[in-house]
Amino acid sequence: MKRRNFVDIFFGGSLLATIAAFVYPVVRYVLPSKRADAVQNSVAAAKAGELPPNTAKVFKFGSAPAVLVNTAEGTLVALSAVCTHLTCTVRYDGETATLFCPCHNGRFDLSGNVLSGPPPRPLETYAVEVSGPDVIVSRKR
Amino acid sequence: MANKIGQSVWAFLDERFMLSKLIAFGGKKTVPEHRHSFWYFFGGICLFLTGIQVATGAMLLLYYTPHIDAAHESVQFIMGGVKFGWLIRSVHSWTANLLIGLIFVHMFSTFFLKAYRKPRELTWVTGFLLLVVFMAFGFSGYLLPWNELSYFATRVGTDIAGSLPFIGKGLKTLILGGPDVSQATLSRFFWFHVALLPLAALALIGIHVLLVQTLGMSKPIGERGKKEIPFFPDFLYKDALGWTLILVVIGVLCVFLPWEVGPKADPMAPTPLGIKPEWYFTFMFTTLKILPAHILSFEGEKLAILGFMAGGLLWMLIPFLDRRTQREERSPLVTWIGLALAAYITVMTVLTYALPKL
Repeated sequence: MKRRNFVDIFFGGSLLATIAAFVYPVVRYVLPSKRADAVQNSVAAAKAGELPPNTAKVFKFGSAPAVLVNTAEGTLVALSAVCTHLTCTVRYDGETATLFCPCHNGRFDLSGNVLSGPPPRPLETYAVEVSGPDVIVSRKR
Repeated sequence: MANKIGQSVWAFLDERFMLSKLIAFGGKKTVPEHRHSFWYFFGGICLFLTGIQVATGAMLLLYYTPHIDAAHESVQFIMGGVKFGWLIRSVHSWTANLLIGLIFVHMFSTFFLKAYRKPRELTWVTGFLLLVVFMAFGFSGYLLPWNELSYFATRVGTDIAGSLPFIGKGLKTLILGGPDVSQATLSRFFWFHVALLPLAALALIGIHVLLVQTLGMSKPIGERGKKEIPFFPDFLYKDALGWTLILVVIGVLCVFLPWEVGPKADPMAPTPLGIKPEWYFTFMFTTLKILPAHILSFEGEKLAILGFMAGGLLWMLIPFLDRRTQREERSPLVTWIGLALAAYITVMTVLTYALPKL
Protein backbone atom coordinates (compact mmCIF):
# COMPACT_ATOMS: atom_id res chain seq x y z
CA MET A 1 0.00 0.00 0.00
CA LYS A 2 1.23 3.45 -0.89
CA ARG A 3 1.94 5.81 1.95
CA ARG A 4 -0.60 8.33 0.57
CA ASN A 5 -3.38 5.69 0.47
CA PHE A 6 -2.57 4.63 4.02
CA VAL A 7 -2.77 8.23 5.22
CA ASP A 8 -6.08 8.75 3.34
CA ILE A 9 -7.61 5.65 4.92
CA PHE A 10 -6.20 6.50 8.34
CA PHE A 11 -7.52 10.06 8.35
CA GLY A 12 -10.78 9.14 6.61
CA GLY A 13 -11.39 6.39 9.17
CA SER A 14 -10.52 8.73 12.02
CA LEU A 15 -12.96 11.30 10.70
CA LEU A 16 -15.74 8.71 10.44
CA ALA A 17 -14.99 7.44 13.95
CA THR A 18 -15.09 11.01 15.28
CA ILE A 19 -18.45 11.66 13.59
CA ALA A 20 -19.80 8.37 14.97
CA ALA A 21 -18.54 9.32 18.45
CA PHE A 22 -20.64 12.49 18.25
CA VAL A 23 -23.70 11.00 16.57
CA TYR A 24 -24.06 7.85 18.72
CA PRO A 25 -24.62 9.60 22.09
CA VAL A 26 -27.03 12.06 20.40
CA VAL A 27 -29.11 9.22 18.89
CA ARG A 28 -29.14 7.29 22.17
CA TYR A 29 -30.13 10.46 24.03
CA VAL A 30 -33.07 11.09 21.69
CA LEU A 31 -34.36 7.50 21.72
CA PRO A 32 -36.52 6.93 24.82
CA SER A 33 -35.02 4.48 27.31
CA LYS A 34 -36.89 1.21 27.63
CA ARG A 35 -38.88 0.88 30.82
CA ALA A 36 -40.15 -2.51 31.83
CA ASP A 37 -43.87 -1.88 32.34
CA ALA A 38 -45.08 -4.00 35.21
CA VAL A 39 -48.13 -5.89 33.92
CA GLN A 40 -51.04 -5.41 36.30
CA ASN A 41 -53.31 -8.45 36.31
CA SER A 42 -56.12 -7.21 38.50
CA VAL A 43 -57.40 -3.99 39.97
CA ALA A 44 -60.18 -2.79 42.26
CA ALA A 45 -62.18 -0.90 39.62
CA ALA A 46 -65.07 0.35 41.77
CA LYS A 47 -66.94 -0.16 45.03
CA ALA A 48 -69.76 -2.70 44.97
CA GLY A 49 -73.02 -0.84 44.32
CA GLU A 50 -71.18 2.28 43.16
CA LEU A 51 -72.56 2.09 39.62
CA PRO A 52 -76.31 2.45 39.08
CA PRO A 53 -77.79 0.18 36.36
CA ASN A 54 -77.06 1.22 32.74
CA THR A 55 -74.03 3.33 33.65
CA ALA A 56 -70.29 2.90 33.25
CA LYS A 57 -67.01 4.03 34.70
CA VAL A 58 -63.59 4.39 33.06
CA PHE A 59 -60.78 3.24 35.34
CA LYS A 60 -57.03 2.79 35.07
CA PHE A 61 -55.90 -0.77 34.40
CA GLY A 62 -52.10 -0.97 34.21
CA SER A 63 -51.17 2.07 32.16
CA ALA A 64 -54.30 2.06 29.96
CA PRO A 65 -57.95 2.98 30.51
CA ALA A 66 -60.59 0.24 30.88
CA VAL A 67 -64.34 0.50 31.27
CA LEU A 68 -66.63 -1.15 33.82
CA VAL A 69 -70.28 -1.30 32.76
CA ASN A 70 -73.24 -2.11 34.98
CA THR A 71 -75.84 -3.22 32.40
CA ALA A 72 -79.54 -2.38 32.64
CA GLU A 73 -80.03 -5.94 33.95
CA GLY A 74 -77.46 -5.34 36.68
CA THR A 75 -74.63 -7.46 35.23
CA LEU A 76 -71.10 -6.10 35.60
CA VAL A 77 -68.85 -6.35 32.53
CA ALA A 78 -65.36 -4.95 32.00
CA LEU A 79 -63.48 -4.30 28.79
CA SER A 80 -60.45 -2.43 27.55
CA ALA A 81 -61.48 1.17 26.81
CA VAL A 82 -58.81 1.59 24.15
CA CYS A 83 -60.41 1.57 20.70
CA THR A 84 -58.67 -0.92 18.41
CA HIS A 85 -58.78 1.56 15.52
CA LEU A 86 -56.62 4.49 16.63
CA THR A 87 -56.50 4.14 20.45
CA CYS A 88 -59.10 6.72 21.50
CA THR A 89 -60.94 5.98 24.76
CA VAL A 90 -64.41 4.55 24.17
CA ARG A 91 -67.47 5.74 26.11
CA TYR A 92 -70.62 3.89 27.19
CA ASP A 93 -73.80 4.76 25.30
CA GLY A 94 -76.69 3.89 27.65
CA GLU A 95 -79.38 4.26 24.96
CA THR A 96 -78.02 1.46 22.83
CA ALA A 97 -76.06 -0.37 25.57
CA THR A 98 -72.95 -0.21 23.39
CA LEU A 99 -69.47 1.26 23.61
CA PHE A 100 -68.87 4.13 21.22
CA CYS A 101 -65.61 5.68 20.02
CA PRO A 102 -66.20 9.35 19.08
CA CYS A 103 -62.94 9.65 17.12
CA HIS A 104 -64.04 7.71 14.03
CA ASN A 105 -67.51 6.51 15.09
CA GLY A 106 -66.56 2.91 15.93
CA ARG A 107 -69.15 0.94 17.95
CA PHE A 108 -68.72 -2.23 20.04
CA ASP A 109 -71.18 -4.47 21.91
CA LEU A 110 -70.60 -5.33 25.56
CA SER A 111 -68.77 -8.52 24.55
CA GLY A 112 -66.24 -6.30 22.77
CA ASN A 113 -67.34 -7.25 19.24
CA VAL A 114 -67.23 -4.57 16.54
CA LEU A 115 -70.78 -3.58 15.54
CA SER A 116 -69.94 -0.79 13.08
CA GLY A 117 -67.23 1.63 12.01
CA PRO A 118 -63.56 1.18 11.17
CA PRO A 119 -62.16 -0.70 14.23
CA PRO A 120 -60.42 -3.81 12.90
CA ARG A 121 -60.47 -5.94 16.08
CA PRO A 122 -62.75 -6.53 19.11
CA LEU A 123 -62.03 -4.95 22.50
CA GLU A 124 -60.30 -7.14 25.07
CA THR A 125 -62.71 -8.31 27.76
CA TYR A 126 -61.85 -8.81 31.43
CA ALA A 127 -63.20 -10.98 34.24
CA VAL A 128 -65.27 -9.19 36.90
CA GLU A 129 -65.76 -10.39 40.45
CA VAL A 130 -67.33 -8.72 43.47
CA SER A 131 -65.08 -9.36 46.41
CA GLY A 132 -66.35 -7.87 49.67
CA PRO A 133 -66.74 -4.11 49.18
CA ASP A 134 -64.76 -4.02 45.91
CA VAL A 135 -65.39 -4.87 42.27
CA ILE A 136 -62.24 -6.63 41.11
CA VAL A 137 -61.41 -6.68 37.41
CA SER A 138 -58.77 -9.13 36.19
CA ARG A 139 -57.20 -10.19 32.92
CA LYS A 140 -58.52 -13.46 31.57
CA ARG A 141 -55.91 -16.21 31.48
CA MET B 1 -23.19 67.15 12.06
CA ALA B 2 -25.82 64.38 12.30
CA ASN B 3 -25.60 63.96 8.55
CA LYS B 4 -21.83 63.55 8.73
CA ILE B 5 -22.10 60.94 11.52
CA GLY B 6 -24.74 59.10 9.50
CA GLN B 7 -22.48 59.04 6.46
CA SER B 8 -19.55 57.73 8.50
CA VAL B 9 -21.68 54.96 10.04
CA TRP B 10 -23.00 54.06 6.58
CA ALA B 11 -19.46 53.97 5.14
CA PHE B 12 -18.30 51.80 8.06
CA LEU B 13 -21.14 49.29 7.60
CA ASP B 14 -20.94 49.39 3.80
CA GLU B 15 -17.26 48.51 3.83
CA ARG B 16 -17.91 45.48 6.04
CA PHE B 17 -21.28 44.19 4.75
CA MET B 18 -21.06 45.35 1.08
CA LEU B 19 -24.41 47.09 1.45
CA SER B 20 -24.04 49.16 -1.75
CA LYS B 21 -23.69 45.97 -3.79
CA LEU B 22 -26.76 44.49 -2.10
CA ILE B 23 -28.78 47.63 -2.84
CA ALA B 24 -27.55 47.62 -6.44
CA PHE B 25 -28.65 43.96 -6.73
CA GLY B 26 -32.04 44.80 -5.21
CA GLY B 27 -32.41 47.74 -7.60
CA LYS B 28 -31.92 45.51 -10.63
CA LYS B 29 -34.28 42.78 -9.45
CA THR B 30 -37.59 42.67 -11.34
CA VAL B 31 -40.79 40.62 -11.16
CA PRO B 32 -42.83 39.57 -14.23
CA GLU B 33 -46.18 41.33 -14.54
CA HIS B 34 -49.03 39.41 -16.24
CA ARG B 35 -52.63 38.35 -15.57
CA HIS B 36 -51.57 35.67 -13.06
CA SER B 37 -49.04 37.83 -11.13
CA PHE B 38 -51.49 38.07 -8.22
CA TRP B 39 -50.48 34.57 -7.09
CA TYR B 40 -46.87 35.71 -6.57
CA PHE B 41 -47.91 37.52 -3.39
CA PHE B 42 -48.80 34.41 -1.42
CA GLY B 43 -45.18 33.35 -0.88
CA GLY B 44 -44.37 36.74 0.67
CA ILE B 45 -47.48 36.61 2.86
CA CYS B 46 -46.48 33.15 4.12
CA LEU B 47 -43.02 34.48 4.98
CA PHE B 48 -44.55 37.44 6.79
CA LEU B 49 -46.84 35.16 8.82
CA THR B 50 -43.85 32.97 9.70
CA GLY B 51 -42.21 36.09 11.14
CA ILE B 52 -45.33 36.72 13.27
CA GLN B 53 -45.17 33.11 14.52
CA VAL B 54 -41.52 33.46 15.54
CA ALA B 55 -42.22 36.71 17.39
CA THR B 56 -45.41 35.59 19.19
CA GLY B 57 -43.99 32.11 19.87
CA ALA B 58 -40.94 33.65 21.54
CA MET B 59 -43.25 35.81 23.68
CA LEU B 60 -45.40 32.85 24.75
CA LEU B 61 -42.25 31.08 25.98
CA LEU B 62 -42.05 33.67 28.74
CA TYR B 63 -45.07 32.22 30.58
CA TYR B 64 -45.63 28.73 29.18
CA THR B 65 -44.61 25.73 31.36
CA PRO B 66 -44.11 22.42 29.52
CA HIS B 67 -45.28 20.12 32.33
CA ILE B 68 -48.51 18.09 32.38
CA ASP B 69 -49.40 19.47 35.82
CA ALA B 70 -48.77 23.07 34.82
CA ALA B 71 -49.10 23.45 31.03
CA HIS B 72 -52.87 23.94 30.98
CA GLU B 73 -52.73 26.28 33.97
CA SER B 74 -49.92 28.32 32.39
CA VAL B 75 -51.95 28.77 29.17
CA GLN B 76 -54.98 29.79 31.25
CA PHE B 77 -52.73 32.28 33.02
CA ILE B 78 -51.53 33.65 29.65
CA MET B 79 -55.15 34.07 28.55
CA GLY B 80 -56.47 35.58 31.79
CA GLY B 81 -53.63 36.77 34.01
CA VAL B 82 -51.06 38.29 31.66
CA LYS B 83 -51.76 41.68 30.14
CA PHE B 84 -52.51 41.15 26.44
CA GLY B 85 -51.68 37.47 26.89
CA TRP B 86 -54.99 36.57 25.20
CA LEU B 87 -53.94 38.68 22.22
CA ILE B 88 -50.47 37.18 21.83
CA ARG B 89 -51.77 33.60 22.11
CA SER B 90 -54.73 34.26 19.83
CA VAL B 91 -52.45 35.86 17.23
CA HIS B 92 -50.18 32.80 17.44
CA SER B 93 -53.07 30.32 17.06
CA TRP B 94 -54.99 32.19 14.38
CA THR B 95 -51.84 32.93 12.39
CA ALA B 96 -50.87 29.25 12.54
CA ASN B 97 -54.17 28.30 10.93
CA LEU B 98 -54.09 31.09 8.35
CA LEU B 99 -50.48 30.28 7.53
CA ILE B 100 -51.22 26.64 6.75
CA GLY B 101 -54.26 27.65 4.69
CA LEU B 102 -52.17 30.15 2.73
CA ILE B 103 -49.36 27.63 2.23
CA PHE B 104 -51.99 25.38 0.61
CA VAL B 105 -53.12 28.30 -1.58
CA HIS B 106 -49.50 29.09 -2.47
CA MET B 107 -48.80 25.43 -3.27
CA PHE B 108 -51.86 24.92 -5.46
CA SER B 109 -51.34 28.24 -7.30
CA THR B 110 -47.73 27.22 -8.01
CA PHE B 111 -49.00 23.83 -9.11
CA PHE B 112 -51.63 25.13 -11.53
CA LEU B 113 -49.23 27.72 -12.97
CA LYS B 114 -46.71 24.85 -13.37
CA ALA B 115 -44.09 27.01 -11.67
CA TYR B 116 -42.35 23.82 -10.53
CA ARG B 117 -40.98 23.09 -13.99
CA LYS B 118 -37.30 23.12 -14.80
CA PRO B 119 -35.16 24.65 -13.28
CA ARG B 120 -37.42 25.22 -10.24
CA GLU B 121 -37.91 21.58 -9.19
CA LEU B 122 -36.11 22.06 -5.88
CA THR B 123 -38.09 25.21 -5.09
CA TRP B 124 -41.21 23.02 -5.30
CA VAL B 125 -39.65 20.20 -3.24
CA THR B 126 -38.49 22.56 -0.47
CA GLY B 127 -41.92 24.23 -0.55
CA PHE B 128 -43.66 20.88 -0.12
CA LEU B 129 -41.29 19.98 2.74
CA LEU B 130 -42.12 23.33 4.33
CA LEU B 131 -45.82 22.44 4.23
CA VAL B 132 -44.99 19.16 6.02
CA VAL B 133 -42.86 21.03 8.58
CA PHE B 134 -45.62 23.58 9.22
CA MET B 135 -48.22 20.84 9.61
CA ALA B 136 -45.85 19.24 12.13
CA PHE B 137 -45.63 22.64 13.86
CA GLY B 138 -49.43 22.64 14.05
CA PHE B 139 -49.60 19.09 15.36
CA SER B 140 -46.93 19.59 18.01
CA GLY B 141 -48.23 23.00 19.07
CA TYR B 142 -51.76 21.65 19.41
CA LEU B 143 -50.75 19.42 22.36
CA LEU B 144 -48.89 22.10 24.29
CA PRO B 145 -51.95 23.54 26.15
CA TRP B 146 -52.58 19.94 27.35
CA ASN B 147 -56.33 20.08 26.82
CA GLU B 148 -58.87 17.34 26.18
CA LEU B 149 -59.07 17.73 22.40
CA SER B 150 -55.35 18.00 21.85
CA TYR B 151 -54.66 14.99 24.08
CA PHE B 152 -56.88 12.68 22.03
CA ALA B 153 -55.81 14.22 18.72
CA THR B 154 -52.24 13.37 19.69
CA ARG B 155 -53.20 9.81 20.58
CA VAL B 156 -54.88 9.34 17.20
CA GLY B 157 -52.15 11.13 15.25
CA THR B 158 -49.30 9.21 16.79
CA ASP B 159 -51.18 5.94 16.41
CA ILE B 160 -51.39 6.70 12.69
CA ALA B 161 -47.58 6.90 12.68
CA GLY B 162 -47.55 3.66 14.72
CA SER B 163 -49.56 1.88 12.02
CA LEU B 164 -46.78 2.18 9.46
CA PRO B 165 -45.27 -1.18 8.50
CA PHE B 166 -41.83 -2.09 9.92
CA ILE B 167 -40.90 1.30 11.43
CA GLY B 168 -44.30 2.23 12.93
CA LYS B 169 -43.85 0.99 16.49
CA GLY B 170 -40.35 2.45 16.87
CA LEU B 171 -41.41 5.74 15.30
CA LYS B 172 -44.41 6.06 17.61
CA THR B 173 -42.24 5.40 20.68
CA LEU B 174 -39.69 7.92 19.42
CA ILE B 175 -42.35 10.60 18.94
CA LEU B 176 -44.17 9.88 22.22
CA GLY B 177 -41.05 9.26 24.30
CA GLY B 178 -42.71 6.06 25.58
CA PRO B 179 -45.71 3.83 24.89
CA ASP B 180 -48.42 6.41 25.74
CA VAL B 181 -49.07 10.15 25.62
CA SER B 182 -47.42 11.33 28.85
CA GLN B 183 -45.06 13.93 30.30
CA ALA B 184 -42.34 12.57 28.00
CA THR B 185 -44.62 13.33 25.03
CA LEU B 186 -45.29 16.88 26.15
CA SER B 187 -41.55 17.47 26.64
CA ARG B 188 -40.81 16.05 23.18
CA PHE B 189 -43.57 17.99 21.46
CA PHE B 190 -42.31 21.16 23.14
CA TRP B 191 -38.82 20.35 21.88
CA PHE B 192 -40.09 19.64 18.36
CA HIS B 193 -42.08 22.87 18.40
CA VAL B 194 -39.45 25.28 19.70
CA ALA B 195 -36.15 23.68 18.69
CA LEU B 196 -36.17 20.98 16.03
CA LEU B 197 -38.90 22.25 13.68
CA PRO B 198 -37.71 25.90 13.76
CA LEU B 199 -34.23 24.72 12.73
CA ALA B 200 -35.71 22.63 9.90
CA ALA B 201 -37.96 25.51 8.83
CA LEU B 202 -35.07 27.98 8.90
CA ALA B 203 -32.92 25.75 6.68
CA LEU B 204 -35.76 25.04 4.23
CA ILE B 205 -36.94 28.66 4.06
CA GLY B 206 -33.31 29.70 3.48
CA ILE B 207 -32.96 27.34 0.51
CA HIS B 208 -36.46 28.14 -0.81
CA VAL B 209 -35.94 31.92 -0.73
CA LEU B 210 -32.41 31.64 -2.12
CA LEU B 211 -33.76 29.61 -5.06
CA VAL B 212 -36.53 32.15 -5.66
CA GLN B 213 -33.94 34.95 -5.61
CA THR B 214 -31.44 33.25 -7.90
CA LEU B 215 -33.94 31.77 -10.38
CA GLY B 216 -36.50 34.59 -10.24
CA MET B 217 -40.27 34.19 -10.51
CA SER B 218 -41.60 31.62 -12.98
CA LYS B 219 -43.81 32.76 -15.83
CA PRO B 220 -46.77 30.55 -16.81
CA ILE B 221 -46.30 28.38 -19.92
CA GLY B 222 -47.16 30.32 -23.06
CA GLU B 223 -46.94 33.71 -21.35
CA ARG B 224 -45.36 35.91 -23.98
CA GLY B 225 -45.64 39.28 -22.25
CA LYS B 226 -42.28 40.81 -21.38
CA LYS B 227 -43.56 43.36 -18.87
CA GLU B 228 -41.60 43.45 -15.63
CA ILE B 229 -41.90 45.64 -12.57
CA PRO B 230 -39.04 46.53 -10.20
CA PHE B 231 -38.98 44.38 -7.05
CA PHE B 232 -37.97 47.41 -5.00
CA PRO B 233 -40.05 49.39 -4.33
CA ASP B 234 -43.05 48.49 -6.59
CA PHE B 235 -43.49 44.79 -5.80
CA LEU B 236 -42.49 45.25 -2.16
CA TYR B 237 -45.13 47.96 -1.69
CA LYS B 238 -47.81 45.67 -3.11
CA ASP B 239 -46.48 42.86 -0.88
CA ALA B 240 -46.67 45.19 2.14
CA LEU B 241 -50.29 45.98 1.27
CA GLY B 242 -51.07 42.24 1.40
CA TRP B 243 -49.29 41.95 4.76
CA THR B 244 -51.28 44.86 6.15
CA LEU B 245 -54.58 43.31 5.00
CA ILE B 246 -53.76 39.94 6.54
CA LEU B 247 -52.70 41.67 9.76
CA VAL B 248 -56.11 43.36 9.91
CA VAL B 249 -57.83 39.99 9.37
CA ILE B 250 -55.77 38.45 12.21
CA GLY B 251 -56.56 41.39 14.49
CA VAL B 252 -60.31 41.12 13.83
CA LEU B 253 -60.28 37.33 14.39
CA CYS B 254 -58.36 37.67 17.68
CA VAL B 255 -60.63 40.37 19.06
CA PHE B 256 -63.91 38.69 18.14
CA LEU B 257 -62.87 35.05 18.42
CA PRO B 258 -60.04 34.73 20.96
CA TRP B 259 -58.55 31.21 20.92
CA GLU B 260 -60.07 28.91 23.57
CA VAL B 261 -58.07 26.90 26.09
CA GLY B 262 -60.61 24.05 26.54
CA PRO B 263 -60.85 21.66 29.51
CA LYS B 264 -57.67 20.11 30.89
CA ALA B 265 -56.73 16.69 29.49
CA ASP B 266 -57.67 13.67 31.60
CA PRO B 267 -55.99 10.53 30.26
CA MET B 268 -58.54 8.32 32.06
CA ALA B 269 -61.66 10.10 30.76
CA PRO B 270 -63.66 8.82 27.77
CA THR B 271 -62.96 10.62 24.51
CA PRO B 272 -65.25 13.68 24.25
CA LEU B 273 -68.05 13.52 21.68
CA GLY B 274 -67.58 15.42 18.43
CA ILE B 275 -63.79 15.24 18.57
CA LYS B 276 -61.89 16.20 15.44
CA PRO B 277 -58.37 17.41 14.66
CA GLU B 278 -57.35 20.83 13.35
CA TRP B 279 -59.10 21.56 10.03
CA TYR B 280 -56.01 20.88 7.90
CA PHE B 281 -55.92 17.26 9.04
CA THR B 282 -59.67 16.67 8.66
CA PHE B 283 -59.54 15.37 5.08
CA MET B 284 -57.40 12.48 6.33
CA PHE B 285 -59.53 12.13 9.48
CA THR B 286 -62.77 11.76 7.50
CA THR B 287 -61.15 9.36 5.03
CA LEU B 288 -60.13 7.15 7.97
CA LYS B 289 -63.69 7.37 9.27
CA ILE B 290 -65.45 6.25 6.11
CA LEU B 291 -63.08 3.50 5.08
CA PRO B 292 -64.21 -0.02 6.07
CA ALA B 293 -62.27 -1.99 8.70
CA HIS B 294 -60.86 -4.30 6.04
CA ILE B 295 -60.20 -3.81 2.34
CA LEU B 296 -59.41 -7.21 0.79
CA SER B 297 -57.10 -8.71 3.38
CA PHE B 298 -55.61 -5.39 4.55
CA GLU B 299 -56.71 -3.20 7.45
CA GLY B 300 -58.48 -0.17 5.93
CA GLU B 301 -56.65 2.28 8.20
CA LYS B 302 -53.19 0.96 7.24
CA LEU B 303 -54.03 1.04 3.57
CA ALA B 304 -55.25 4.64 3.86
CA ILE B 305 -52.09 5.73 5.68
CA LEU B 306 -49.88 4.10 3.07
CA GLY B 307 -52.03 5.78 0.40
CA PHE B 308 -51.52 9.22 2.00
CA MET B 309 -47.76 8.67 2.17
CA ALA B 310 -47.50 7.43 -1.42
CA GLY B 311 -49.71 10.31 -2.59
CA GLY B 312 -47.58 12.85 -0.73
CA LEU B 313 -44.40 11.42 -2.23
CA LEU B 314 -45.80 11.55 -5.77
CA TRP B 315 -47.01 15.10 -5.17
CA MET B 316 -43.52 16.13 -4.03
CA LEU B 317 -41.94 14.52 -7.09
CA ILE B 318 -44.39 16.01 -9.60
CA PRO B 319 -41.75 18.28 -11.24
CA PHE B 320 -39.79 15.18 -12.20
CA LEU B 321 -42.86 13.18 -13.29
CA ASP B 322 -44.53 15.86 -15.39
CA ARG B 323 -42.45 15.43 -18.58
CA ARG B 324 -44.57 17.70 -20.75
CA THR B 325 -43.97 20.86 -18.71
CA GLN B 326 -40.25 20.09 -18.77
CA ARG B 327 -40.54 20.67 -22.53
CA GLU B 328 -42.56 23.87 -21.90
CA GLU B 329 -45.74 22.13 -23.14
CA ARG B 330 -49.10 22.25 -21.39
CA SER B 331 -49.98 19.14 -19.37
CA PRO B 332 -53.77 18.96 -18.94
CA LEU B 333 -53.65 15.50 -17.30
CA VAL B 334 -51.49 16.83 -14.45
CA THR B 335 -53.82 19.83 -14.11
CA TRP B 336 -56.80 17.44 -13.78
CA ILE B 337 -54.95 15.42 -11.14
CA GLY B 338 -54.35 18.64 -9.20
CA LEU B 339 -57.99 19.64 -9.53
CA ALA B 340 -59.11 16.19 -8.35
CA LEU B 341 -56.81 16.44 -5.32
CA ALA B 342 -58.00 19.96 -4.48
CA ALA B 343 -61.63 18.79 -4.81
CA TYR B 344 -60.97 15.71 -2.63
CA ILE B 345 -59.36 17.80 0.14
CA THR B 346 -62.16 20.40 -0.02
CA VAL B 347 -65.03 17.87 -0.06
CA MET B 348 -63.58 15.79 2.79
CA THR B 349 -62.90 18.91 4.88
CA VAL B 350 -66.44 20.24 4.32
CA LEU B 351 -67.94 16.80 5.08
CA THR B 352 -66.13 16.74 8.44
CA TYR B 353 -68.08 19.78 9.56
CA ALA B 354 -71.30 19.30 7.58
CA LEU B 355 -71.84 15.63 8.44
CA PRO B 356 -70.06 14.97 11.76
CA LYS B 357 -71.96 11.68 12.24
CA LEU B 358 -70.76 10.29 8.92
